[in-house]
Amino acid sequence: MSQKFTRREFNKLVVAGAAGSTLGIFGGVRPALASEKHVVVIGGGFGGASAAKYIKKLSPSIAVTLVEPATTFYTCPFSNWVLGGLKEMKDIGHTYDTLKNTWGVEIVHDEAVDVDAAAKTVKLKTGNELTYDRLIVSPGIDFKFDTIEGYSEEVANTAMPHAYKAGPQTELLAKQLQDMKDGDNVIICPPGNPFRCPPGPYERTSLIANYLKKNKPNSKVIVLDSKEKFSKQGLFTKGWERLYGDIIEWRPASKGGKVVSVDAATMTVNTDAGPVKGGVINVIPPQQAGKIAFAAGLTNETGWCPINPITFESTIHPGIHVIGDSCIAGAMPKSGFAASSQGKVTAAGIVRLMHGDVPAPPSLVNTCYSLVGPGYGISVAAVYKLTSDGIVKIKGAGGLTPMDADDDQLSEEATYARGWYNNIAQDIWG
Amino acid sequence: MVKTITSWLSVGLLSAAVLTGCTTEKPEPQAAAEPVQEEVDPRGEILALSCASCHGTDGKSTGILPGFYGKSASYLKTVLMEYKNDERYSTVMGRHAKGYTDEEIDLIAEYFGSLSKNNSK
Repeated sequence: MSQKFTRREFNKLVVAGAAGSTLGIFGGVRPALASEKHVVVIGGGFGGASAAKYIKKLSPSIAVTLVEPATTFYTCPFSNWVLGGLKEMKDIGHTYDTLKNTWGVEIVHDEAVDVDAAAKTVKLKTGNELTYDRLIVSPGIDFKFDTIEGYSEEVANTAMPHAYKAGPQTELLAKQLQDMKDGDNVIICPPGNPFRCPPGPYERTSLIANYLKKNKPNSKVIVLDSKEKFSKQGLFTKGWERLYGDIIEWRPASKGGKVVSVDAATMTVNTDAGPVKGGVINVIPPQQAGKIAFAAGLTNETGWCPINPITFESTIHPGIHVIGDSCIAGAMPKSGFAASSQGKVTAAGIVRLMHGDVPAPPSLVNTCYSLVGPGYGISVAAVYKLTSDGIVKIKGAGGLTPMDADDDQLSEEATYARGWYNNIAQDIWG
Repeated sequence: MVKTITSWLSVGLLSAAVLTGCTTEKPEPQAAAEPVQEEVDPRGEILALSCASCHGTDGKSTGILPGFYGKSASYLKTVLMEYKNDERYSTVMGRHAKGYTDEEIDLIAEYFGSLSKNNSK
């Protein structure tokens, strides 16, 4: 790639890096702008809340308005721990008080329903309108309910929860697990790629198995997978054999795992190999970018949002940045950690743009911890950089917990998973 | 892809990351560019911001993961290089540290070293 730029172009490119050699007289905070600039952020999850906080942290004179319907945000990370009885809902709920009171982010509890990219306005459900200089869209995912015959939002809200947006759905699935008769089986149906939190369904499988082992010893978890393989598969499979024996049965798509339809009335999942009945059925449907990304015209034919990976600015609508699960971020998974990392890169980039500076090259990170059991943790990590192939993993770095990790290390990783959650939640919501 | 990269650059957004291999060539200051009064190294900043996701904002940990706010740049550099070279036991830090060049580790260490030094004044 380097040869494709002239020396003159290169000099232009590195001016940001070369200029930044004097450190810290302002303690990391930039001086006030001549005229106040306004950033609106849609979505108060890992991506949006990180971006909002870090814009204010790096440049307090930029006005930031965060639009989020919920007054308490429940995180998907650790919601599996709630399902497994290891955490309560209150442990995964976060408010916006610190963002508002400590960081000076204006919080608007409303839903963004439309964006006018030309006029630079966001229309809210209540009818109000916000204007912005730059907009960050971080709406997470939306579900394609109609891709599974017999499934719908109504079925998800009653008989077969997805529990893949934390909140009432998590509580519904947790209650169904508690109420389930010993001897009935739990069916989990993960979607095909790409989807939010690739190891999520398998940590869920693990922690539900842990719950069943203790509370309903005659029940099993059957995973009907739309894929042939899954994230951290070797580590999960080894852990499942060690901790749960035949309590977990995983069926890949080619061996009866492919879900064709569901029937809520008879609590049945139909696969191409025949029907499977469950006492509890958790259907995780295929996904696409959040609704507002579609309303704003930020998606392409994939159902996700193409972006310029330097500042995550939409390649469709300039002035709008898309981060988190909704964006197409090369090798990065759709995870809360990744969304937060993208939120910070975008925040730093927007601050520099608004101060008339050139954004620094992005540096992105992801770490995903999963619990196989309460004291049995595994992880996958990666550091990413931008190349001519887009955002790629840096070779020789990152990777999985070693397959031969001993019990002390697995226990340490379980402890660090808790430490990670506490710190990322503090870093984002305070 | 070349066309895409060029178009990202043409809108004024740039990345030295795409230019790995060019970094030995010392850039000349641009005559047209205004002298910029920088208070933080933007590369160090963007490299360092991710660390907070496990270690807390500015490296101030709330729990069991090590915090490093207040540590000196030289200490942080030593530790990060030990992780990178597998000279220090870790679960995930070795996997992370290998993702950074020695120069980037310097920038990260300088960022956190300076941050706490400035805030304590």
